[in-house]
Amino acid sequence: MSSHAVPAGAGHDETFDEHHWRSLGVDHMKLAFWTFLGSDCFFFGSLIGTYMYYRGQSLVGPYPRDVFDVNITSISTFLLLMSSFTMVLAVLGAKTGKRGMTLVNLALTAAMGSAFVAFQMYEFAHFYHAGLTLQGNLFGSTFYILTGFHGTHVAIGVLWLLLSMFWYGKGWIRGDEGNAIEVAGLYWHFVDIVWIVIFTVVYLMEFVA
Amino acid sequence: MSTAATTEVEHHADVHEEEDNSLWSWLTTVDHKRIGKLYMFSALIFFAMGGLEALFIRVQLMYPEQSEFISAQTYNEMFTMHATTMVFLAIMPLSAAFFNFLIPLQIGARDVAFPRMNALSYWLFLFGGIFLNVPIFLKLLGVVGVTPDGGWFGYANMTLSKYSPGMSIDFWILGLAILGNSSMMAGFNFITTILNLRAPGMTLFRMPIFTWMSLVVQFLIVMSFPMVTVGLLLMLFDRSFGTNFYFPPNGGDPLLWQHLFWLFGHPEVYILILPAMGIVSEVLPVFARKPLFGAPFVIFSGIMIGFVGFGVWSHHMFTTGLGPVADAAFSTTTMLIAVPTAVKIFNWIATMWGGKISFTLPNVYAITFVFLFTIGGLSGVMHASPPVDLQQQDSYFIVAHFHYVLVGGALMGLFSGITFYWPKMYGRKLPDGLGWIAWALFFAGINVTFFPMHFLGAMGMIRRSWQYPAGVGLEGYNLMATVGAFLIATGFAFFFVNLIRGLLGAGEKVGDDPWDAATLEWSMASPPPHYNFRKLPVVHSDRPLWDEKHEGGSPVSQAVIGKDAPAHVEMPPPSYWPLLLALFQGGFFAAFLIGGGGGKFDASAFGTQVMVQLVMGLGMLFTMFAWIREDARPR
Ligand code: HEM
Ligand SMILES: [Cu+2]
Repeated sequence: MSSHAVPAGAGHDETFDEHHWRSLGVDHMKLAFWTFLGSDCFFFGSLIGTYMYYRGQSLVGPYPRDVFDVNITSISTFLLLMSSFTMVLAVLGAKTGKRGMTLVNLALTAAMGSAFVAFQMYEFAHFYHAGLTLQGNLFGSTFYILTGFHGTHVAIGVLWLLLSMFWYGKGWIRGDEGNAIEVAGLYWHFVDIVWIVIFTVVYLMEFVA
Repeated sequence: MSTAATTEVEHHADVHEEEDNSLWSWLTTVDHKRIGKLYMFSALIFFAMGGLEALFIRVQLMYPEQSEFISAQTYNEMFTMHATTMVFLAIMPLSAAFFNFLIPLQIGARDVAFPRMNALSYWLFLFGGIFLNVPIFLKLLGVVGVTPDGGWFGYANMTLSKYSPGMSIDFWILGLAILGNSSMMAGFNFITTILNLRAPGMTLFRMPIFTWMSLVVQFLIVMSFPMVTVGLLLMLFDRSFGTNFYFPPNGGDPLLWQHLFWLFGHPEVYILILPAMGIVSEVLPVFARKPLFGAPFVIFSGIMIGFVGFGVWSHHMFTTGLGPVADAAFSTTTMLIAVPTAVKIFNWIATMWGGKISFTLPNVYAITFVFLFTIGGLSGVMHASPPVDLQQQDSYFIVAHFHYVLVGGALMGLFSGITFYWPKMYGRKLPDGLGWIAWALFFAGINVTFFPMHFLGAMGMIRRSWQYPAGVGLEGYNLMATVGAFLIATGFAFFFVNLIRGLLGAGEKVGDDPWDAATLEWSMASPPPHYNFRKLPVVHSDRPLWDEKHEGGSPVSQAVIGKDAPAHVEMPPPSYWPLLLALFQGGFFAAFLIGGGGGKFDASAFGTQVMVQLVMGLGMLFTMFAWIREDARPR
């Protein structure tokens, strides 16, 4: 039973800063976000797996080569890649306390992200008019679902960047500002990397053979 | 106050007398212990509903060729809702109750890493559970014709609109999506908590086994739920928007659903069992008065189970004709996974071996777990062999297998946990008398119900059949199983009444550490103050409290005097944003029913759906804004 006394000085000394104690030494938000990204890998993994499972299985057209225009998609891919670069600069700015640099680069990143989404909307409209529908064949179903969910991720990312700008600009971020921007950056890079995989699997592979 | 000596057992008894118990305080709570209790009682209520559904099934099967106690349609609905409820609304949240209540106490933390997100997980779970059950009430009111009837595995293309028109499957899909959302969020939270909030000195290998098993489970959750989420999304699109993922006429393959489902489904069975294994690993050593035998083996075998668990899914698909290579591969991995499982069983037995065992109620539940789980594990290895499984698949033999592991295993382990940790939760032991009657009824009931099912399966009785022929020898065992089901139901009634009596103040008052246990959760008052630890302990071994009491180790136990937190402790204030965010999020999901519900796309209603979802989305955005602002408040 609890018949044991607790002597003075039990435990650690009073200087121990429990509010900043992190047994892994990482920020909570960052750690949680890494696990989320790991989880999201399985989400996209399943979608990409579905695409692969049905690749070349469509019973009727249009087939990928009938509609793809790799040049256009390469431009939007390039934009997304560049936006990762500005994202790095934004994080750097936030870490070193250069507010102007952070804000400008967040804005640039959001702009390029929006451009990517706009390209995708254009592409969807274009494909749709070329006869590729969600229902028409397996290619349509798998293509729209996979790229659509990726596009949604990008759109959410843009929203996040804009909110971060607002928040950061107002000085509302509590605690480590660099960290908060860095977490947004993690998301952004992740979405970017996923796109590289999608671009390779969905577009480029059509043109290797 | 750290010098106060705590000499009386009842020392902390009235620390919590003035605790705020208003409804509002529960709706806005972010305290992990309260959220744990909410999970526990919600899960037990859902368990009772799932049990009622099981009784309908068993009464229908009591006699052969019994025409219609319930119709074939109702029968399908009953087994679907029974399994879905038991898996997602009873066992998982009951485990979550312990993740919540125990993990911060075991690792020496004041709360989880994200207390408000934790509350959000609970509310989402509750809404998802209610949402799943809405069709039952709608049917009782005569509004809809059917409730979900596609089985807990929801096999396509049976669940596509062609064969399942109406809203029922849509409720099921969206309900599972909401529940998955809740579990994944809890997963991120607990992984962060366990890795990042361990008290000084609590290295990974000093963590209690329950926390370890929980950590493995959280990884399983965050890795496996996305896959079934994708599966469900594709199904929703097939049903609502006419895509072709599982629809053969346009080239779709129903097996894709089976892959996505079982890629999640097998890890899921370990999500269901590992927490119970963790609890049993805490209980057995305490009552054997020995440390857990080979604790590192128990930990590593848990990790191994988690890993290999992702590579065995196709043992649920042997009969679909995947081909000899795939069958051989999955058969091998399935037999492999039985090894770490057996390692654990040997560890538990070795823990008891030569110990001074006291047969208290929690301990007897734990021993029951070991015994019944072993039976279920043995039948599991049998259908790891494809030729054997070809005979057993979809027969009552499988039903016997998974009920031994789930009811005899997971549930008994969790009940061991409830009886073991009740004194910590409420400061009193559960009254023993009713508790023993309940246990006896469970033990008898489980065996009387599920053991005969092995024979029924071997004789060829098909799972999910609404009727069965007379005169082929199935009568006796079926009658027996039905009698057993009523024994279990009576047992649960006693168990539940006992808990209610406990809540109302029955049971012997106890001190901080009534079982003379070894780990940190027993080092503070029962029930713990909301800040848990007056001072975060410094840990020097994997049995810190035991070492303090019996080995002259450095002290970790807490003198708690008074209700208020010590000055240096900052606890997160209550918040209503989690509840609101859950409402908006739930509403967003539910709105899919407007345009796409009923298995067909309704263009005119789709506009309404988008409007509703826009409103819900804005609500979510606003709530998140407020949420962050609340955080940003100067303190
Ligand atoms: C020794 C470890 C285990 C092995 C080797 C094993 C093996 C199997 C196999 C091969 C099947 C497929 C049988 C068929 O449908 O033909 C199966 C089904 C099942 N197992 Fe296990 N199992 C094990 C442990 C568990 C545990 C721990 C649980 C849950 C706590 C569990 C729950 C289930 C369930 C629910 C099903 C039926 C799924 C369904 O068709 O609806 N098993 N098991
Ligand atoms: Cu399995």
